[in-house]
Amino acid sequence: MVQESALHVEQPTGDFVTLNIGPSHPAMHGTLRVIVQTDGETVVKAEPEIGYLHRGVEKLGENLTYHQFIPITDRMNYCSAIASNVAYEMAVEKLMGIEVPEKAQLVRTIMAELARIADHIVLVGILGVDLGAFTPFFYLFIQREEIYDIFEWHHGARLTNTFGRIGGVEADLNEDFEQRWRHLLPNLKKAIDETDKLLTHNRIWMDRTIGVSAFSAEDALNYGFTGPCLRACGVKRDLRKDEPYMMYDRFDFEVPVGKHGDVFDRYMIRMVEMEQSIKIIEQAYKLYKEMPPDAPLKAKVPKVIKPPEGEIYRATESPNGELGFWIRSDGSDKPYRIKIRPPCYMIYQAFHDLVQGEMVADLIACVSSLNIIAGELDR
Amino acid sequence: MDLKKRVEECLGSLVVAVNQWQGDVSVEVPRKKVLDALALLKNDSELQLDFLSDLFGVDNLAYYQKKAKSKKKGEDEAAQAAAEEAPRPPRFEVIYLLLSLRSNERLQVKIRVPEDDPEVDSAVSLWKAATWPEREAYDMYGIRFKGHPNLKRLLMWDEFPAHPLRKDYPLEGQGEERHLVYD
Repeated sequence: MVQESALHVEQPTGDFVTLNIGPSHPAMHGTLRVIVQTDGETVVKAEPEIGYLHRGVEKLGENLTYHQFIPITDRMNYCSAIASNVAYEMAVEKLMGIEVPEKAQLVRTIMAELARIADHIVLVGILGVDLGAFTPFFYLFIQREEIYDIFEWHHGARLTNTFGRIGGVEADLNEDFEQRWRHLLPNLKKAIDETDKLLTHNRIWMDRTIGVSAFSAEDALNYGFTGPCLRACGVKRDLRKDEPYMMYDRFDFEVPVGKHGDVFDRYMIRMVEMEQSIKIIEQAYKLYKEMPPDAPLKAKVPKVIKPPEGEIYRATESPNGELGFWIRSDGSDKPYRIKIRPPCYMIYQAFHDLVQGEMVADLIACVSSLNIIAGELDR
Repeated sequence: MDLKKRVEECLGSLVVAVNQWQGDVSVEVPRKKVLDALALLKNDSELQLDFLSDLFGVDNLAYYQKKAKSKKKGEDEAAQAAAEEAPRPPRFEVIYLLLSLRSNERLQVKIRVPEDDPEVDSAVSLWKAATWPEREAYDMYGIRFKGHPNLKRLLMWDEFPAHPLRKDYPLEGQGEERHLVYD
């Protein structure tokens, strides 16, 4: 028997079984570990253990220049890397007081919303797979491949796109973006619609997701939840509406809010958010086409970035919630301290309260619906 | 609402310094009174800073070393030695990022934590959102939080001997390995 140092789980007291849902497990998203104490099939205590994907991103940030840190932000939330890139670049721009030109903001918005759609596709698909519904995964992931094609033709990488630069974007939208987007749009809508028809009013899906790990709004706010998990609990909070950044205050879109905070609400919110993202991309692309072709894509930024001494915090609404960067600069070309506020960090620490009293199969559904991405959690 | 003025009114004598830069307001409070200050900010009827966004530590060692070194140019030996012997400000800082859900205002609250007595009252009694960030601050810096229900290492393994995000810990690590004991 491996003698682990004392974890915060009581020794099995006769009736309870201690179960290890280990870091390498097909239903755990990435390298997550949960030590569960069960009474039969019901969870008595669930202790998450993280740190299996800790790469010392914050320590690396202290030894790399501001530009060199952008690829590292890709690898945090690898399902929607562009959102992390844009969040970091906006934080450095706030630190330096740089104003990003409008065309660059529109390109960033279009790409970030595509990344949001891609992230939600992952969640809905994998939630289905974890509960046994394989088909929506295939329908949705074909569209995700098309989104990857758009990314690849823009800047060369499918998953870990080092998108954007401090002050703007590095290249304009590719000339065949129009054609790809026109091809993708109806197929994406059809895939979302088919998934909706397959799952939302499906008896088995509703039985497995309604009421599972319901969470109240006060608990969610106490735990620091943000993003779709908080909106599922009934709190209408979206940084794109409450603290608008880029050009979100010019776009017309809705923010879906759930009621019970259970798995079904989290799934429905993401389905609606995908449709709203499509709406935003349409509006942004229309504005983009009205811009003159020689509008600047990047603000005037010195080659070696040496921000003034000081510290700022900047948060954006990533697909998972509030992704924030706190950067302190000491006047040199390397940051003094970068602190990343990952959205799923605050959500995962409430895991015990989320699954206590549920069955082990519901625990898997809950983990899947929270969209815990280990890269972002551990950094 | 002028956030800086309102925070100064709310905290009164607990304010050590208040700063506003690039749109961010930050206030420093004494270490021993941090829970009082946070509770005042949370319960204030106008500010309502009732959401804890983040909590983390900062190590100022390299900053003070750089400042001491930059004074060396153009000073003689005695002044250099005096500058190195001079008492430095406390090494660590703990920073709380608060948010008001009603007015969408953000505030940074910071406290300074000395190296020889790195103890801070835990904010878990006010917000459960502080549970893991405090564990991480302990893991990465060695700052202990009094009253935390489960102060163990979070990202590194439990018997890891050092505190990695400190400035005197090298980027490449010190070659620690994890040995599991099988009995």
